[in-house]
Amino acid sequence: MSSDSSPPSGPPSRRGLIAFAWVWVGVPLAYGVYELVRKATQLFTG
Amino acid sequence: MSPPVAPAGWSRWLVPPAALSVHLSIGQAYAWSVFKPPLESALGLSGTQSALPFQLGIVMLGLSAAFGGTLVERNGPRWAMTVALICFSSGFLLSALGAATEQYWLIVLGYGFVGGIGLGIGYISPVSTLIKWFPDRPGMATGIAIMGFGGGALIASPWSAQMLESFGSDSSGIAMAFLVHGLSYSVFMLLGVLLVRVPRTEKPVGGAPSAFDGPQVSARNAVRTPQFWCLWVVLCMNVTAGIGILEKAAPMITDFFKNTSTPVSVSAAAGFVALLSAANMAGRIGWSSTSDLIGRKNIYRLYLGAGALMYGLIALAGDSSKPLFILCALVILSFYGGGFATIPAYLKDLFGTYQVGAIHGRLLTAWSTAGVLGPLIVNWIADRQEEAGKDGSSLYTMSLFIMIGLLAVGFVANELVRPVHPRHHVPAPESKEKEAADVQRQQSA
Repeated sequence: MSSDSSPPSGPPSRRGLIAFAWVWVGVPLAYGVYELVRKATQLFTG
Repeated sequence: MSPPVAPAGWSRWLVPPAALSVHLSIGQAYAWSVFKPPLESALGLSGTQSALPFQLGIVMLGLSAAFGGTLVERNGPRWAMTVALICFSSGFLLSALGAATEQYWLIVLGYGFVGGIGLGIGYISPVSTLIKWFPDRPGMATGIAIMGFGGGALIASPWSAQMLESFGSDSSGIAMAFLVHGLSYSVFMLLGVLLVRVPRTEKPVGGAPSAFDGPQVSARNAVRTPQFWCLWVVLCMNVTAGIGILEKAAPMITDFFKNTSTPVSVSAAAGFVALLSAANMAGRIGWSSTSDLIGRKNIYRLYLGAGALMYGLIALAGDSSKPLFILCALVILSFYGGGFATIPAYLKDLFGTYQVGAIHGRLLTAWSTAGVLGPLIVNWIADRQEEAGKDGSSLYTMSLFIMIGLLAVGFVANELVRPVHPRHHVPAPESKEKEAADVQRQQSA
């Protein structure tokens, strides 16, 4: 009986972990791209 | 160490960031030049001497990827990422010790030899795993990781420069910068070690094709096939052509337009180099993902055929059009990046996923060869042309036509690629066992 009333135990959701992992690598990459764009604009202004 | 198998419900979207954490770190290698001037002034080195750690690192990258690939396949991605983390970080720590004690040989040994092993093992560590998780989009998956290698230099270059500015450019400042690099990269790469998982062997959800379907060829057999050597030539020619521009980008654009009414300034040339890096990175993810739609052979036809056309346009237009020169160079560099990122998926198509990481490692010797060949051609010819009294864009005309010839060789090699003969295939043990069980059941019935 008790097993009937318990919620279904599917695999855990990993959304939080996925978001954390992508932020972990995304932030440094965004910094690198920002610095690159800043430098690249010199081609048109320099 | 046995490969870490994913538990039920593990998302495949956790594997690309794991791969990126390694590739974004080891991509620092291309930002080594930031350390060259401070090392030269602090330790009294020549330009050739200060390049030694980087050069040894790239040699070790090729060697460890070629010879360590089978170990990576056997022990799995977590083992490989752990080895990469330990070698790459301890390379920096040894270099910190070398800088603090002003023992340059320790920097060469640390960054070049020990760190170089980390580069090679780290480079191939996620390739096979990504292809197994994304059998429906192998080009996109490996494109993400290999784009990270390009992105690593973009992060490290300004970051290292800022650090040297804060700590100082004397030997103790350099030592401190190396120490912080070693510790930071070990923490950053740890995410990859903790997150990476190999998929279970059953069919993926959603009816996607399994990575374990199709012909499977061992690394030992692969190097005995003409297909492997055709792809070796394809990669070598494509990379040589890209490096030809990348190596001399700043002086090339300056020389090309110096006799025109709109010469290129030093800062504008630096901007051009940065723009090429962006094209290189965008090509890695963009073209590699496109290869999942139009096929690997077709995308290499584009890299090599249209690449030759772009070189032809630069040679013919000379200094008549700056926008055309910039556009063609950007396209060539995007093909250069795309060529790197698409090759693992091409290998998977031909040799299966069985030992694709090890095969990729062996193929990277083409990169090492191209790394010597490309700069050698462009620099040697430019020097000879200068001696002959040539000037401006005509300094590079012959180099450009040689690049077209090399791309044509690569194009022919790509055309020669055919499916691998079944005699090279590894028999599938699971299907054999199933067949044997079926036969036994039929016999007992």
